[in-house]
Parts: sequence; C-alpha cells; structure tokens
Amino acid sequence: MKIYFELNGEQQYVDIEPGESLLSLLRRLGMKSVKQGCNTGDCGACTVLVDGRAVRSCITFAAKVRGRRVTTLEGLGSPGDLHPLQEAFLEAGAVQCGFCTPGMILTAYELLSKNDNPTPEEVRAAISGNLCRCTGYRKIVDAILLAAKWKREGRWR
Amino acid sequence: MRKTGPVEIVKPRDIAEAVRLVKEGGRPLAGGTDLFVRIRKGIENPPFLVYLGELPELQGIRLREEGAEVGAAVTHAELLRSPLSARVPILRLAISALGAPAIREMGTLAGNLANASPAGDGLIPLYLLEATVRLAGPDGEREIPVEEFVLGPGKTALRPGEIIRSLWIPFPEGKPLSYFRKVGRRRALVIAIASLGALIWLEGDVIGKARLALGSVAPTVLRPRQVEEALVGLPLEPEALRPAAELLSRATQPISDLRASADYRRKVAGNLLLDMAISLSHRD
Repeated sequence: MKIYFELNGEQQYVDIEPGESLLSLLRRLGMKSVKQGCNTGDCGACTVLVDGRAVRSCITFAAKVRGRRVTTLEGLGSPGDLHPLQEAFLEAGAVQCGFCTPGMILTAYELLSKNDNPTPEEVRAAISGNLCRCTGYRKIVDAILLAAKWKREGRWR
Repeated sequence: MRKTGPVEIVKPRDIAEAVRLVKEGGRPLAGGTDLFVRIRKGIENPPFLVYLGELPELQGIRLREEGAEVGAAVTHAELLRSPLSARVPILRLAISALGAPAIREMGTLAGNLANASPAGDGLIPLYLLEATVRLAGPDGEREIPVEEFVLGPGKTALRPGEIIRSLWIPFPEGKPLSYFRKVGRRRALVIAIASLGALIWLEGDVIGKARLALGSVAPTVLRPRQVEEALVGLPLEPEALRPAAELLSRATQPISDLRASADYRRKVAGNLLLDMAISLSHRD
C-alpha cells in the first residue's frame, strides 16, 4: 500500500508493508534519530510528533499517518544548525548515551509549543513517559527549563 | 527490527460498513496502544483490522444537561482537554493517571473499556459515574451499563459484529468529593497493583452516600456495594473508616502476579480507603 504524508516539511509518497509500524517506516526513510527501545510503547525512545503531538511510533501503524504531518528530530535541527532545544540539552549536560534524547526533545518541543513557562513539575509530568537510564532526569528538566527561558526571550524557531 | 505479522488495515466509510467488516472477522482498531503490542507478540492474530479512529460518527464529545456522550474514537488526551474533564473531576483524576502523555494522545476511553482489563484506569470513573455503553451492531443499536458490558478479564458483552459507538457518562448529582489513587512502582506507565476511585457525598459532617470502584483486585473493576453502604453515616476520618477498610480488604478477590501478591493487594485496597479519608479530609 502507498501512502502520502508529510515528513519534516517534505511530502512523501511511500510504500508501506501491511502491519508496518511508523517507527520502521521512519527508519527506512533514514530518520535514524527515531530509536527502538522497548517496542511496546513503554519507554518513549521512539517518540515522534504527529500533527504536533507526541506519539509512540513503535505502536503506531504506519497506515495511520496517511495525510498527516510527522516531525522527527531531523525536522528540528541538524548537527550544523542546532535547534535551541538541542543547544539547551548540550548546555545543561542533559545528554549522556543519547538514546532517549530525541524522544525527550520532541516531547519537550510539544510541551513548550503549548506552554513556554512551565513549572519544573509540569516538565516532569510532560516527560513522565520517557525513560532515561543515564542522567537521573535532573539535567533534562534543567535543559527544558533553560530552553523555555530562551523561547520567552525570543531565541526560538 | 521485528515487524508485526502482515495485517491489512481497512478504513470503513461509516458505521454500517464498520459493522459489516467486524462481522466478517475484522478486529476493531482505535488507538492501537494495546492491540499493536498484542499482535506483535503473537497473542492475537486477526485476519485484518478495521480502523475506527477516523470514523466521523465516532468523534467528539457532546455535552448535554444530564451528562455527556463521548464518541468511541475520542482519545484520553482529547477528553482531558475538553470541558467535560473540568465538569467531572473524577474523569480528570483517573485519566491523567493513565499511561503517559503520548499514550493518552493515542489511546481511546472506549478502547480502554473494550480491553476490559481489571487494571484499566479509565474504567474506574465509568463504574463510579455508572456510565452506559452505546453499541452499534448488525441488529441495530443497544445500550448497556458498563458493569454489564465487562464480563471478565478481556471479556465483554460485545456480540459478533458489534462495535462501541459511544459512552454515555451521566453527571453525578450534587457536588461529590472525588478521589483517585493508583498504587504502582512509579507514577507514569504503570499497571496498577491496586487502585481506588471514589465519589463521596457529604451530609453535614458525615458521609451521606458513597461510591467506590477498585482496580486490579478482582477479575473486573469492583464496586463493593456493601462497603459503600457501610460508609453511610460515618465521619470522613481514617479512624472512623478502619472497620470499613477491613471490610473492603475482605471484599476483594485479588490474584498474585509479577506485580504483587494477593495478600498485598488485599491490604493495599483497605489502606487506600484510609488514604482517601486522609486526603479528602485535608482538602482546601
């Protein structure tokens, strides 16, 4: 089956396999920021945005994004042109192994798109479904609060 | 990367087509948060899936004077964003404890009910509010109470070809106090070891009426009516509720599994009633 959808601002017209997950499709399309962790929807490493809202790509049927707008970390920034959220994660030391980072950043992006002045508790609630086995979350929360401050100051895109 | 077995997804145009496809053996798919995992693990192997998530007739929340009709395709997140969750605090309390934000964005309340898990957080407010399920099937529509819809773990009263069309959630009378607590290893993405939801109507200083619903302590969500009755006339204080808490522990029929033993669940169920008294008496 072929589907149309928008990936990071570009129209895609691609073949999908019956029962294929969005995670599998996105990685086939070269979006290697999208990680497979638990593959049961529990860890958040595969989080992507569909129409601006964070979902688990591992338990989303690829067929369901027909006609929708999908954003992966590649759509926010690139190594030479980091998004402010990515810079904030570096500045706060919120990245260790990096496996949870794309999902964390996209989850934070959705939060900040609705609320650019979250409390630490709101940040923790927003990332409550994203597991990090390295940092203990504190620096991740710091990074998101720093990015929120930058967003309020107009350092955003 | 492991993929699911090849399973085609069919998107019906309307309820009539959906019912026909489900009658032919198609498995209804809404949010897919549980179904996708079960198919991937090989627990279920449906011939094809019938995607109901975008059916126009299953969308939206219709607020009426006496209650709200929640379309079967409404996600937990939509519900939390709607005026309904402000109007009915017990819905907000229970559903905001369900899964995690991205899971709530995908999963539907009707799907949570159709799974008929005794641990389904979304079922607790439906039992407390005495919601009914509006079904569409080959022989037309019918409406049954949630308690009659859920028959056992994973078992429902759905007949061949029937799908959930909507949930009818009556508003409670007056202004009951609302309580929900889920006990588990962590706050997000946890399947309850035990959970308690409650609506408490005070009359002066004592409990005038109570509804309780417990998760994960019986084959289905449990309404312990003898405990609800035992609470009437008691002050909302932990010491006064101690005998009722013991009664509640005895009313449960828990199992032991990898999350907790039956004994522990029984004890937690009673303690949750005391916690309810503490947290509701410390309100404002």
